[in-house]
Amino acid sequence: MGELKQIAKEVRKDIIRMIELAGSGHPGGSLSCVEIVVSLYHKVMRHKSKNPKWPDRDRFVLSKGHGVPTLYSVLSRTDYFPREWLWNLRKCGTPLQGHPYMRSTPGIEASTGSLGQGLSIANGMALAGKIDNKDYRVYVLIGDGEANEGQIWEASMSAKRYKLDTLCAILDHNKLQIDGTIKEIKDPYPLKEKWQAFGWEVFEVDGHNFNELLDAFSMANQTKGKPTMIIANTVKGKGVSFMENRIEWHGKEPNAEQAKQALKEIENA
Amino acid sequence: MPELTSLRDSYGNTLIELGKVNPNIIVLDADLSFSTRTHFFKEIFPDRFFDFGISEADMIGTAAGLASCGKIVFASTFAIFATGRAWDQVRLGICYQKLNVKIVATHGGISTGADGYSHQAIEDITLMRVLPNMRVVVPCDAVQTKEVIQTIVKEEGPFYVRLVKPKLPVIYKKCNFKLGKATTLEEGKDITIGAIGPMVANALEACKILKSKGIQARIIDFASVKPIDKEAIRKACAETRGIITCEDHMVTGGLGDAVAEVILTEHPVPHLRIGIQNIVSESGSYQDLYEKYGLTAHHIAQKAMGLLNT
Repeated sequence: MGELKQIAKEVRKDIIRMIELAGSGHPGGSLSCVEIVVSLYHKVMRHKSKNPKWPDRDRFVLSKGHGVPTLYSVLSRTDYFPREWLWNLRKCGTPLQGHPYMRSTPGIEASTGSLGQGLSIANGMALAGKIDNKDYRVYVLIGDGEANEGQIWEASMSAKRYKLDTLCAILDHNKLQIDGTIKEIKDPYPLKEKWQAFGWEVFEVDGHNFNELLDAFSMANQTKGKPTMIIANTVKGKGVSFMENRIEWHGKEPNAEQAKQALKEIENA
Repeated sequence: MPELTSLRDSYGNTLIELGKVNPNIIVLDADLSFSTRTHFFKEIFPDRFFDFGISEADMIGTAAGLASCGKIVFASTFAIFATGRAWDQVRLGICYQKLNVKIVATHGGISTGADGYSHQAIEDITLMRVLPNMRVVVPCDAVQTKEVIQTIVKEEGPFYVRLVKPKLPVIYKKCNFKLGKATTLEEGKDITIGAIGPMVANALEACKILKSKGIQARIIDFASVKPIDKEAIRKACAETRGIITCEDHMVTGGLGDAVAEVILTEHPVPHLRIGIQNIVSESGSYQDLYEKYGLTAHHIAQKAMGLLNT
């Protein structure tokens, strides 16, 4: 676990540096999903960075596409592309787009950014695996604000209908969206009971605790006949005191001084 | 009465033929499989057919996921829902990465009839034509529909094929459909009439009316709306005195504009666009609506004579 914690720390520093250099981006929702994405790429998923289109690979769809700095950092740290790419995020003529684009970036499985679309895409991947009798698994990360979108619930019913047990969704439950708390804006509670009522196996974990995340992924792997939802309770802006639980850090870049302070806090945590 | 054939039946039957030789073909629908005729495929290949219920966005998103894993996906529903309801999913999920999804929609145009504006797709060609990597094909009869489906299954990447509800007159015994190529059905030197879908038969009728008045009209079937046959348009501009385009669709952004874009930049000639003139349509029989909105052979002939007299 110490090793994973160290990786998470480095990923958080990458996120701050990338968004500072880009001059725009989404630090809050990137920092909240670090442990989730690190667990998947460093422990849970079968994947080959030197053969990113390996047909039997497990797949990860970042449905909350604005969290892509986290994924770019992890992909660069698992050798999908050079680390130098990170420092040109969002710049004209470079591969790392502001939101995931599968044709320009090795390791990106789906283009997202318009919220609500990733679960359907992940369902399609899981369905293709079933048709071909392959045992690869499909992971999809959804934002709790993103689940305002009706398509998430359309797709949740399709996943149940087609018994997509190779599918595991993770809800980044950081409790904030742009205009307020998710409770204030659309009040999606109760989350666990809702997903259970839609026919899913549901686990709830501390989304910053590697032990709990890995246990949940292992239980998801054993779930048969239905899809799994892991509700990961997280903190938006996690790891940077002045960003934590602050709505204004959803989509704002830190200035040089703020970035310096953030990097120091992450390093000393 | 001319012999009528169903484009939708042709689609359903062609899917079965393709399904027999290509196990990679997957067919999706959104609770309209009896209307779109994808249930023909479902009955023969139940393991390769998936119904998403009334959730077009979910269907198109799932199509993207299936295609990203190497499947050739046909997704069908009514034209207005496939292109309007799920436009963002088609744009980001399919066209952005050029995935191998064939959207074959039925009930395009006011020929959908009595259901009214809610079910009459008259903006769908515009919505699909504007998307990068998307190709748009509008067949005019059952034979052409079959050839179009056989063609697009071999071409990697996204397609939108627009079919209509009513049966249409037979135009072709064999049409040798080629993507990006228009078909000249009648040679003529006075004026060119380009058409798609049900308007092809009407254009041919208009040709007869014009012939009786001593006017030689060139009739072109522009089934491949995108890519469009620029050479055929250039030739028409050079060899005839003007062009009329005919579509059961909004003139803004449809065939009329696709042809106008070429005329304007390459060889300006007088051009009239027959179609829905950016107004809302209404319920009624296919024939009554074509009369009211100016889409019959007589309307086309009148416009042609008007254009030649100006």
